[in-house]
Amino acid sequence: MSWLLEPSGVGEKFLVMFVAILLFVAVMSLILFVVDRPKRIPNWVVALGFVGLPLAFLLYGLVRPALITLWNSFFNRNSTEFVGVDNYVTAFTQPQFQKVLLVTAAWVILAPLLSTVIGLVYAVLVDRTRFEKLAKALVFIPMAISMVGASIIWGFVYEFRPDQAGIQQIGLLNQLLVWLGFPPQQFLIGQPWNTGFLIVVMIWIQTGFAMTVLSAAIKAIPDDIVEAARLDGLHGMQMFRFITVPSIRPALVVVLTTIAMATLKAFDIVRTMTGGQFGTQVVANEFYTQAFRQNNQGLAAALAVVLFILVIPIIVYNVGQMRKAEDIR
Amino acid sequence: MTRTTTTARRRGLAVLAGGASLALLLAACSDPDGDAPSESESSGDAMSSTSIDCSAYDEFGDLDGTTVNIYTSIVEPEQATQEASYDAFEECTGVTIAYEGSREFEAQLLVRIQAGNAPDIAFLPQPGLLNTIVNDYPDAIQPAPDATVANVDEFFSETWKGYGTVDGTFYAAPLGANAKSFVWYSPSMFADAGYEVPETWTEMMELTQTIADEQETLPWCAGVESGDATGWPGTDWIEDVVLRTAGPDVYTQWYTHEIPFNDPQIVEAWDTTGEILKNPEYVNAGLGGVDSIATSPWTDAGFPILDGNCWLHRAANFYQTQWPSGTTVASDGDVFAFYLPTDQTDIKPVLGGGEFVASFADRPEVQAFQTYLSSADWANQKALSTPEGGWVSANTGLDPENLQTEFDQLAWETLADENAVIAFDGSDLMPGEVGAGTFWTGVVDWLTGASTQEVVDRIENSWPM
Repeated sequence: MSWLLEPSGVGEKFLVMFVAILLFVAVMSLILFVVDRPKRIPNWVVALGFVGLPLAFLLYGLVRPALITLWNSFFNRNSTEFVGVDNYVTAFTQPQFQKVLLVTAAWVILAPLLSTVIGLVYAVLVDRTRFEKLAKALVFIPMAISMVGASIIWGFVYEFRPDQAGIQQIGLLNQLLVWLGFPPQQFLIGQPWNTGFLIVVMIWIQTGFAMTVLSAAIKAIPDDIVEAARLDGLHGMQMFRFITVPSIRPALVVVLTTIAMATLKAFDIVRTMTGGQFGTQVVANEFYTQAFRQNNQGLAAALAVVLFILVIPIIVYNVGQMRKAEDIR
Repeated sequence: MTRTTTTARRRGLAVLAGGASLALLLAACSDPDGDAPSESESSGDAMSSTSIDCSAYDEFGDLDGTTVNIYTSIVEPEQATQEASYDAFEECTGVTIAYEGSREFEAQLLVRIQAGNAPDIAFLPQPGLLNTIVNDYPDAIQPAPDATVANVDEFFSETWKGYGTVDGTFYAAPLGANAKSFVWYSPSMFADAGYEVPETWTEMMELTQTIADEQETLPWCAGVESGDATGWPGTDWIEDVVLRTAGPDVYTQWYTHEIPFNDPQIVEAWDTTGEILKNPEYVNAGLGGVDSIATSPWTDAGFPILDGNCWLHRAANFYQTQWPSGTTVASDGDVFAFYLPTDQTDIKPVLGGGEFVASFADRPEVQAFQTYLSSADWANQKALSTPEGGWVSANTGLDPENLQTEFDQLAWETLADENAVIAFDGSDLMPGEVGAGTFWTGVVDWLTGASTQEVVDRIENSWPM
């Protein structure tokens, strides 16, 4: 039975997957069968029969590692010595890590706000125009590109070559600058602007999501409200300010918080484009560096916990707003 | 009522059927000696492997049909030549070598060891990683078998054996060696301009100034970008200069932290390096200003030499494999290299590096393969199976005649020179926080505007207590 525990090769791995699925089906059907047998059983037994296994998996695969991470964050680099809150002190007092927190804050503030604002304005502008479908598709397409793919594309956009004889620019932006008579720029080196240029990539990806959700919300505003506002003499900006935005407020909050969560996890863009050099390091990437390159499990766990704590209020708010949005409906 | 009983029975049958099919599947597959899928033969240059003596592996018993897993950071294009060099051993013993190369090797290896899923053999690119593994996972790593130790004693110097030793136990035999103290140049450009290869550091700086005065293109090109390892080529530069300005003894004190990282002698070495790397009159030929060194990939930072945009590029012997296909590497070809000169008269410091063979299993086939890799047979097989060159070893049993390129022979001579003082790559010997962390990022900050003092102070502060 060694192949079951140590599959070698693709065929055997697929076989193990197949066995696992069958095992799941067998166990699940057995549980449901047993739960279903007796007459008149309390409701909670049936409920447990249905959600018990997934809950057990969640506990084992999500809650347990989270607790282990929390535990490790109070220990030294290889979890052999208890060091109390030293790792947290390091993460919040050393200038190197303070900067990482600052850059992460910049990401979490700028990326969701700008994506949402651009997405909202765009959705309002193309609403009920002749070319609405095409315009929306254009902005939505980047959503389908992976973060790493987008980073590579933008890496080429920002690519730098010196302005001298015999050297061709290969970066789109620098070529534009050269045509306009400006010297080419090292977009990814100059602090603090380089972080801005990385955030642009995130915005490029997330705007499509914001636009789609908000556009749907705008279309759901009841016509009689809009009519009444028109009769009261609201036009253009006022209409947008007093009718559109308040009506879609729950959707706006959901979009903002969802993008904020995606931004907190921004790891791939930074890793692909600068590797965290030139003062662009963010918490998610620093955590990876500490865990897998520096092999400092304690500090890495502490950074992961910090990330976890940062994301909790956003999630709570997000869930609350979602409930509200559903109540309104 | 009847209806419910039938559904209940049906359900019972379904459960039974599910369980039964699972049992059947498990029974069908529990063939204990299922053959592993055979590895397709590696497509190296097929060469007669009759040249090695198979009796060396008799002591390990009958190994036919066994498999040894290797995990390494050596990926294409070097992977094919590595695999071809194992053919002789595979034919002798009937062992299959399963080769797995990964660019994420350093991060993944520790994860695999933690998960109890260590490979049989791993090629460690730094002694520092060996130290980490021995200290953190002493139960996982196996000491080298006696036959391997005998080979190492016979074919390698004490220094090389020392790198594979932790706390008096010898674990990892050297595999390949790197000689990093080389400057790449174009012989034809030198000949056309009437320049000579410099023999001393002073001559090299004079030549640099001459090129800067006479030519339209800048003399030096450099690049330290290397994904998430960005900065390492810069550490090689600094280490080479420390060896030349402060000497090998100070170099040893430096990486063992007997003297602080911001010691004045080390600062002097950084500043000497800066005379080239931070001088906009001298760098970065065809690639931009000084800060472009930080963003130029090390893999093609030397390519401007081919277009006549750059004159000098300091890079290790393995840079030979980076040149685009069709480039002739020869003393009368497109590119060649000279030893990075020194003003020291008594010694010729050579910055070296290498991989070390660590094992995580003590099965006889694994031990036999370790023994093969540490033998003169393997070194010569590897040389023969690397027609493109770019490989050299510190194995004294290696016959330099077998090295396939002129440059590899030069690298071998440089390592074997009687005045050569081989110093192992310092950042590989420092603790990971520095050697694979702040030293790398420090180089990047230094190239993008930070002062030497600022950078060395920061690196010193990050040294683990």
